[in-house]
This record gives sequence, C-alpha cells and structure tokens, in this order.
Amino acid sequence: MATPATKIRFREPQIEMAHGAGGKASRRLVEGLFAPLLYGSCQGPLGDAAHIQINGTRIAMTTDSFVVKPLRFPGGSIGELAINGTVNDLAVSGARAEAIVVTYILEAGLPTDILEAEVRAMGQAAEKAGVVIAGGDTKVVDHGQADQMYITTTGIGRLLSGVEISPQSVRPSDKVLLSGPIGDHGITILLARGDLDLEAELCSDTRSVLPLVQGLVGVAGPGVRWMRDPTRGGVATSLNELARDCGYGVVLFEEKIPVRDSVRGACELLGLDPLHIANEGQFLAIVSSEHAESALQALRATPGGEEATIIGDVREQPASAVLVTTRYGGSRLVDMLVGDPLPRIC
Amino acid sequence: MKFVDEFRAPELIAKAGQEIRRLADPNRHYRIMEVCGGHTHAIYRFGLKDLLPANVELIHGPGCPVCVLPMGRIDDGLSMAAQPDFIFAAFGDMMRVPGTHGSPLEYKARGMDVRIVYSPADALKLARNNPEKHVMFFAIGFETTAPSTALTVIRAKAEGLHNFSVFCNHVTIIPAIRAILDSPDMRLDGFVGPGHVSTVIGCRPYEWIAKDEGKPVVVSGFEPLDILQSIVMLLRQLRKGEAKVENQYKRVVPWEGNRAALRAMAEVFELRPYFEWRGLGFISQSALKIRASFREWDSEQRFSVPGVRVTDPKAAQCGEVLKGVLKPAQCKLFGRECTPEQPVGALMVSSEGSCAAYYNYEHRKPVTIARAAAS
Amino acid sequence: MCLAIPGKIVEIDLQNAHLAVVDVVGVRRKVDLGLLQDEPPVPGDWVLIHVGFAMSKISEADARDQMQTLTMLGEAEAAIEEVRGYGLENEELDKPAQRWKQ
Repeated sequence: MATPATKIRFREPQIEMAHGAGGKASRRLVEGLFAPLLYGSCQGPLGDAAHIQINGTRIAMTTDSFVVKPLRFPGGSIGELAINGTVNDLAVSGARAEAIVVTYILEAGLPTDILEAEVRAMGQAAEKAGVVIAGGDTKVVDHGQADQMYITTTGIGRLLSGVEISPQSVRPSDKVLLSGPIGDHGITILLARGDLDLEAELCSDTRSVLPLVQGLVGVAGPGVRWMRDPTRGGVATSLNELARDCGYGVVLFEEKIPVRDSVRGACELLGLDPLHIANEGQFLAIVSSEHAESALQALRATPGGEEATIIGDVREQPASAVLVTTRYGGSRLVDMLVGDPLPRIC
Repeated sequence: MKFVDEFRAPELIAKAGQEIRRLADPNRHYRIMEVCGGHTHAIYRFGLKDLLPANVELIHGPGCPVCVLPMGRIDDGLSMAAQPDFIFAAFGDMMRVPGTHGSPLEYKARGMDVRIVYSPADALKLARNNPEKHVMFFAIGFETTAPSTALTVIRAKAEGLHNFSVFCNHVTIIPAIRAILDSPDMRLDGFVGPGHVSTVIGCRPYEWIAKDEGKPVVVSGFEPLDILQSIVMLLRQLRKGEAKVENQYKRVVPWEGNRAALRAMAEVFELRPYFEWRGLGFISQSALKIRASFREWDSEQRFSVPGVRVTDPKAAQCGEVLKGVLKPAQCKLFGRECTPEQPVGALMVSSEGSCAAYYNYEHRKPVTIARAAAS
Repeated sequence: MCLAIPGKIVEIDLQNAHLAVVDVVGVRRKVDLGLLQDEPPVPGDWVLIHVGFAMSKISEADARDQMQTLTMLGEAEAAIEEVRGYGLENEELDKPAQRWKQ
C-alpha cells in the first residue's frame, strides 16, 4: 500500500516520447513511479501479464493500448494489433486468452467507415485467435485530441498446464529461441507513414502467437523458463530486461538472427538496428538446453513457426547484459532501446 | 549485400590480421590515427582492435561533425527555431545532442515542431508540403555531406521556395588534421584517411601530410577488410621509411574527387574566416557559410542568432577525447554522469562519436572488464 | 555523417533526370543523382548513397581487383621469406612485393 513515505525514484520533470517507447525510459517510469505507488508490496519482476489467484484458481490478466499511426498498414491495422497484442501478452506469460474487453477513445470527426473497418478487423482477429470480446467502453474527445482513435484492450486468460514462467528459473546454457524474422512490423509502419521515399515489399507480422506457444509448451513445457513478445524496443529490449531480471548474460550470434533482406536494407539506409525494432507476431523463449532441440522442432512443425531459430544462449558473463557476436570475431553489447527512433509504432 | 559482404569474409580478415602482425616491427610502437568517426565505429563494431598486435595503436581522430560543434551552435539553432510556424529539421544524430537548455528532442516535448530527416531533400520536401511554415534545416557534416546541402539550396532557389533555410554547420577536414598535427601532445606515425570525404575532395588534399609532415596517409573504405588493408599499406610504407598518399578505397574514391560536387559547394558556400571547434579551439578557414547570393536560404542571414559562446561543463573532457589525447574511458564522466541515455557531450550520442562507440561496443565486454581488473 | 551504402540504380525518373530509384537489398529509395551529373549513371550501375544523394559510382572492376589482392595477401611475402630462409640473399627478391601494392 502506498504511503506518504513511499519513495518515488522517477526524477524527470516532464514526460517525453521516450517514456512510451518501451525502452530504458519506459522502464524508469514504470519502476520509478508506477511500481512504488501502485504495486506496493509486490516486489517481483514486471512481466507481460499479471497472474492472480481468485478462490484457488490462477488467472492471467493483461492490458495494452494502441496508438499506432497510420491506422491501416500493409499486413494489418490498429484493430488487429489491439486483439493480437493482448492475446500475445497472455500467451507469452503462459496463458490462453479467454476474454477481452475493449475501450475506444475516438476523435470527434472520425469518419464512421474508418471506425467500422477497425471494429470488423477486431471481430475477425478475435475469432481467429479464439477469444471472446466480452464488453467495452467508448469515449469521444474533441477534434485534435485523439488523432482519429486510440484503442485499449484488457484480456484475461487461463494458465496453460505444464509451464511455469519465471526469469529466476533461467540458467547458464539455456538456449534463446526466436519464432521468426524480426523488424517487419516496425519498418512497415515507418514506410507506411510515407515521410521517407522508401518502398519495400514488406508487411506487418501481426498475428496471434498462441498456437506457436501451445506447440512449444506441449512438447517442451518443463523446459520453458521464460517467454516474451518483443514489441516496442525489439528483441534487444526484451532480452536486456531478462538479463537484468535473472542476472545472467545473453549471448546472441548475429548470423543466426533471422532478418528479411528488405528490413536489413531499410535499417542500413536509416541507421537503425533490427534488434531495436518492434515486432507484433514473434516471441522469444528461453528453453533449457535438454529441451531446446525438441522445442525448436515443435515450433518449426507448427504453421507459422517454420523460420524459428535458436539465436543464442544464456551465460554467466557478461552479467545482466546482452552481447551479440559475429563470425569475424567481433562482438558488441546491445543495450535496451534508448530514446524513441520510431514513435507511435503500435 | 553486394560490395559489403565480400569485404567481411572471415578468412580474409584473419589473413590481413596475420599480415599486420608480420609487418609490425616489434621494436616500434605505431600510433595510427583514423580521422573519421565512421572508421572509429567500424573498428569497434568489427572488433578490429583485437586483431592488431599490442604495438599497433589506433588513435581516434576528430572526424565526427556533430561532436566538434560547440554547444552554443546547438543553442543558436534551437533559439532561431523557437518561433511560431517553424519546423526544425535535422538528422537523427542531432536529436539527443545536449544544448544548454535541452536537446532538440526535449524541445520537441515542450512543443517545438522538430522533425527527423534522412536527407536535406526531405527537409526541402517538408517546406514544399508546409507552405505556411518555415523549415530550417540544421546542416552538419564534413565535405561528404556539404555537396548534398549545396545542391538542395540550389534546388530551393530554382524552385523559388522561400520558406526554407539552412543553418550551416558544415566543417572541413583538412584544417582539423592540421590542428592535430600542430598539437604538441600528439605523436602520430600515419593516418587512415576518411573514405567518404575523399569521394568529394579526392586524395590530393592530403599530399602535404606526406610531403611536409612525412606521415603516410591511406584513404580507406569502411568494411573490416578495407580498414585492415589500409593498416597493411601504412605499415608497408613505414617499414620502408616512405610517406605518400595511397588510395585503398579505389572502387569508390576517384583520385581527383567529384568535380560536380565541388562545383556545387563552391557555388553555394564560402569559407568562414574562422570557426570554433570543440577541443581544437578557433580554426581559421575551417567551416562553410552560405554565400550572399543565396542569403534567402541562409538561416543566419534571415534570423537573428544569439551567437553566445558556451563552454562545455568543466568536468567533461570532450576536447581531449576529440583530439585523441584521451581515450573515451579516461574521461572522468565516462559511463557515470555521461552515458548514451544522459549524455553530457555529443561524443556519447553521435553515431560517429568515439565515446558512443566505446560505450556501445567495448565498455562492458567481459574481456575489457577482465583487462581492467588485471591492470 | 559518414554513413554511406551501396545501391543499384533501378530506374531513372522520367520527369526528373536527376532523380532515380535505387535498390538496396530489396528496399527501393529515391535518390538524387545531381552530384554525378558529369557522368550520369544508368540503370544497372552501382552507386554509393549518402543522405539521399549518389556520391560516386562503384567500380566492380576495382572491387574485384581488391578482392584478388586481399586473397593473395601475405602469400608473396611468405614465399619470399621462405626463399630467404634458404640463404639466397638477393635484392631482386624484393621486387615482386611491388606488384601487390595498390
């Protein structure tokens, strides 16, 4: 319970875009302001979803808001992101999404057909993901106050059996699995904004990763230590959070990380690192070395998981950090995202 | 990627490393400066230092156009932009560079219209698409980038676009190298020359370094094999007691440079009598300003510039790191008060800053920590 | 900023001869050819791109030559050293090294 004596460690005088980017600044805000005041005695690491006990039953609960610009882009739209994003947060916490509630903040003047298109997209995405939309709320604000629409979804789900996710269970020699190529979503959004004279055959990877998680857990459940969907801030941010939470190092092999040529090309042109770019249809899993091979095969055998790879492993050193090594012997530390090179990405 | 991947072949990198070890005279300690920040980053990113013998030392030069700008110029740009209907446009690199009252990104959070562009042409496009606003492009860079800015100004004039101006902070590389060589604290044996600047100015401008100063210069590409081959070429010259300018980056750099680019620069720019560089002080004829014939497109001639000289915080040692006198980790603020997230100086944020390179690639690596613990 | 990358000219803009579409590993970008106006590139040429402008044409021939030199790096010298090891001191043996220098 927050008392007047509760210490706020967040010292910044104003909120910047970076605080919503999912990287270091976001973490400072959550750990320094929200956690002390809201989470009180809960001292555990912050995960994608909360696990709550009600009358002896454990359920998972999560929420996410979507402010992506533009609303529609190759491969999806804000409505789809809103459903898949929440389903995925539950999935990587080891839960199957059962029901979602939605809130819309709409800008006065928003054409109805745009809203209708998004609501349809959400209905379709929910059906595809096997989740029920159980209710919601709508607010309308003045023209200019909500940039067309903002959507928040809150989901609850039942924990999958046979899997216990915890960063504390991660050990050196565990393997890092990635479900597929990274960077597609973030770069698609950047190109869809049309500010850059860049074109590529690329679309957002938004999808529910629940079937992949179920496939993985079904085969390698006891060996799955930790999972996360690398959205804002990318793979680098997610793995840095893990490294910090478990105290070990994560070492990745650059050549093993799957990146589409067009994503690589766009990143080279813009000076961006694919490891920091948002994904909306991929997830990371840390799996014990005994289970890693079967886990990988299970993912590859699941539709949509064909490009899954083992991209690295957990080691004692460098403690609490993420290192990327290359075949020509070089290595570099990759930090959490600093700043906000791609605002309003999801 | 063609013209990239081949120059990263591991077997050839290993071979080049061996050749360097073979050529380096064990009785000598070689101090080679790589002038360009892009080379500094490549050296760290590809772990090239690990391939060099202990007696071949690479010194980082001042070739980072963002890093060498004194804070006062950032303040000037931001103060000009602090008016209604104004768009401040700059490369991503500039966004987190600290000014006295904050970085461009912090000004953006306070309501200034700040946009990241990836080309001066993007800034011109912003002006075209926002006729009721004025777009100021904060231009930075050495001779690599100056021609693109020049061509953009020429196009703005041809199009009659008056809601566009450039705040010109282009600097030239030769005076910086001269200042380094004139510095009493610096003893250097040779230079890895800036590859992309040389696509514009060619290789002739470095001849005085070889002839008058007796130091070899090898103009180098940016892939690991390019840099290693350039070091091989330098060591070969040093072994023979030679000093000449060589072009390792032949596939891209013409010996005579790019005439069209030099023409565009000459048409739009002239040299400032002097300009202040962080770490190197006032250097004469080292920076560009826009000619009177293009005054309409020169932010400094259209708007009032405070022009206040701002010195770096006392504890920051940006100047010494820029000159190569100190290594990044030797600055008292490195990694503590000054990090990429909360930078005190530009060297920690710029994509070509040596502090940023060291911090991101080297600083917390197990081998570095082990070395520090052992020493 | 030194960041410059190779790209292949795919097409020249019909309305603006100084604009071209360049392909960088599957990403297409509009690039200004104004700095290469003395020797305008044509589709199929490779150019070095920096902040949206083509700075220079990339010579495949020079790139090939360079790869060859790099592949043979050290071999000439190694051969010379081996011969020196046989005790056949000869000024002439230094000459072959000149051939490999750029």
